[in-house]
Amino acid sequence: MKPLFIKNGRVIDPAKKIDGVMNVIVLDGKISAVTAAKNVPQDADVIDAKGMIVAPGFIDLHSHLREPGEEYKEDIESGSRAAAAGGFTTVCCMANTSPVNDCASVTEYILNRARVCASVNVLPVGAITKGLKGENLADIGDLACAGAVAISDDGKPVMNALIMRRAMEYASTFNLPVISHSEDLNLRGRGVMNEGAASTELGLRGIPSASEETMIARDILLCGLTGSRLHVAHVSTAGGVEMVREAKKLKLPVTCEVTPHHLTLTEQAVHGYDPNTKVNPPLRSENDRRELIAGLADGTIDAIATDHAPHDITEKEVGFEGSAFGMVGFETALPLVLKLVHDKKITMKRAIEALTARPAAILNLKKKGTLAIGADADIVIFAPNEAVTVRAQAFKSKSRNTPFDGWRLLGKVHYTIVCGQVVFRA
Amino acid sequence: MRLSQPHILSINDLTKKDVLTILQTAESFKEISERLIKKVPTLRGKTVVNCFFEDSTRTRISFEIAEKRLSADTVNISKSGSAMAKGENLLDTMRNIEAMKPDIVVIRHSISGAPAMIAEAVESHVINAGDGMHEHPTQALLDLMTIREVKGRIQGLTVGIVGDILHSRVARSDMLLFKKMGINVVIGGPKTLMPIGVQDFGVTVCPDIRDAIPSLDVLMLLRIQRERAEENLFPNLREYSRYFGVNSEMLENARDDMTIMHPGPVNRGIEISPEVADGPRSVILNQVTNGVAVRMALLYLLIGEGSEEK
Repeated sequence: MKPLFIKNGRVIDPAKKIDGVMNVIVLDGKISAVTAAKNVPQDADVIDAKGMIVAPGFIDLHSHLREPGEEYKEDIESGSRAAAAGGFTTVCCMANTSPVNDCASVTEYILNRARVCASVNVLPVGAITKGLKGENLADIGDLACAGAVAISDDGKPVMNALIMRRAMEYASTFNLPVISHSEDLNLRGRGVMNEGAASTELGLRGIPSASEETMIARDILLCGLTGSRLHVAHVSTAGGVEMVREAKKLKLPVTCEVTPHHLTLTEQAVHGYDPNTKVNPPLRSENDRRELIAGLADGTIDAIATDHAPHDITEKEVGFEGSAFGMVGFETALPLVLKLVHDKKITMKRAIEALTARPAAILNLKKKGTLAIGADADIVIFAPNEAVTVRAQAFKSKSRNTPFDGWRLLGKVHYTIVCGQVVFRA
Repeated sequence: MRLSQPHILSINDLTKKDVLTILQTAESFKEISERLIKKVPTLRGKTVVNCFFEDSTRTRISFEIAEKRLSADTVNISKSGSAMAKGENLLDTMRNIEAMKPDIVVIRHSISGAPAMIAEAVESHVINAGDGMHEHPTQALLDLMTIREVKGRIQGLTVGIVGDILHSRVARSDMLLFKKMGINVVIGGPKTLMPIGVQDFGVTVCPDIRDAIPSLDVLMLLRIQRERAEENLFPNLREYSRYFGVNSEMLENARDDMTIMHPGPVNRGIEISPEVADGPRSVILNQVTNGVAVRMALLYLLIGEGSEEK
């Protein structure tokens, strides 16, 4: 493998507290140096990153690659190409495939497929319960040994608190974090959007903030009881952020993530009944959005994760109420996050940290999320101020379900590098 | 009195001196079971009632043999064959037995605290032969006797206990007794089976017992009940056996003289592989032999000649 010399870029690595114009040298798939020296290694490929930011590749804690079972929406090949186009070098894929990733053979299948066809690192998340049914524990030890990095019944929250407790205790024996999609299904009922004036006006059934907050409260209490690691997926409410903040003050091992779309849009986006605005958790109020941004800025919210949820057009063109929940996220995440940076809501360092060092720490990945010497050479190079227009038709993803089609934003990924290999080039 | 207590209810009640007296007496009684005529007249004319209100093979037979070798008259009752099956409550049953003037009642019951409640209500001496998830003090004493026999000492040893600590009365009595006698205790197994607050027993919790194995003098496995998987304490028995069961490969880093113990009943292939259960490290059957001696010692110390002297 030829050495790689990335020159003149503004290198930002929050894990190593680096921010300055420097050159990055990659040897044998590892970071070899981050240096002001200009001597190019012999035979090196050179990338001129002048005017661009060079950062550790982004790590997405939360995505749906749909393979095995729903390859018509997405597969590991297309999903990982979309991730690479968005600057992601590592993505975690949720267990709600068909069959469900609740045993070692499905985890092994995903990892084998990723080895053959993935552009980026794919880390499977195993199920908490068999078949995501919330009744019996999945083969959590086997999942851990096969390479699952966490467990989650994402989308089908474990409603039985005793089973959630047992799962947290058992998973912690194998040092796996439990990712909770915190939602009380009874309270959600048949709701399709945030419950409030907008849902009343639109005549759509509401999902109250309390459906998320009661379960975050429950899971934090179980975390306190068991001492096991809890990661709250896609926090969407002001109350949820506040509870995580309090839990962290109590030194509980709780972390959480937020999606770019909850940081960008509110329930007002549902006016017009665009099914691409139908997500779970739903787009919330402006106050919730403000508190999410504040929580991200102060570190209460550790990570930004896309919840990339591809759906075929046939699942979205059936009216708002009948549509599937979810939107794609890999290819719009960076410019949406940079909008907060350009608007001076969060710093560039915090934005990159939430996409690199923090998710790496949550998954206990020692060699990723940093440009430290010896780390895996997973790198993104992007122009933070370059104008882009979102074109859903041009997505690498198989699915187009985004509410951001046609949006004009700033921030363009130029190179994505995984283990020293360029896997995406604008 | 030879012991500080009239009853054997909990390890907590025994002093260190009591424990040493029990061990010493048991060691001297062990020889009786080796004789051609395995009987001494020590408890002639004494009556012992064995009340096993919960299933038991080992402990029930061990008590009965101990009693018979000391020439006591013994009566056995079980839940199904007693008036309790007709609806009589436990205390009434025990008061009726008491009215027939036994010297000792031995109680096994599924309710934690049942022997202590009975000891309050009757004049006889009470021995706890296992109560719910609470304690099994005679098992702990025979475990300690076996350890001393094999190792030649007690103080400063390190014992690992792996398995269902949460539901195990043996583990509770062992932890209390071993800590009392200066043994370091490490417990392991899935966190679902580690009781909250167990650190207060002064034990070290080590979820992956592999990490602790090189430091152990004794490794004790506990039975995994099949129904625990249905309670979501682990996904299934196959996973339990794969990650927490002990086999010879796991023992590669163990000391040459590390001893394997198990209070029984053994679920072969689940918490312990057959080659370990039957291997040279195993003293599982020695534990059973010593059980008779320990129970003989307790009976003698509670009601033998001179036991009522102050």
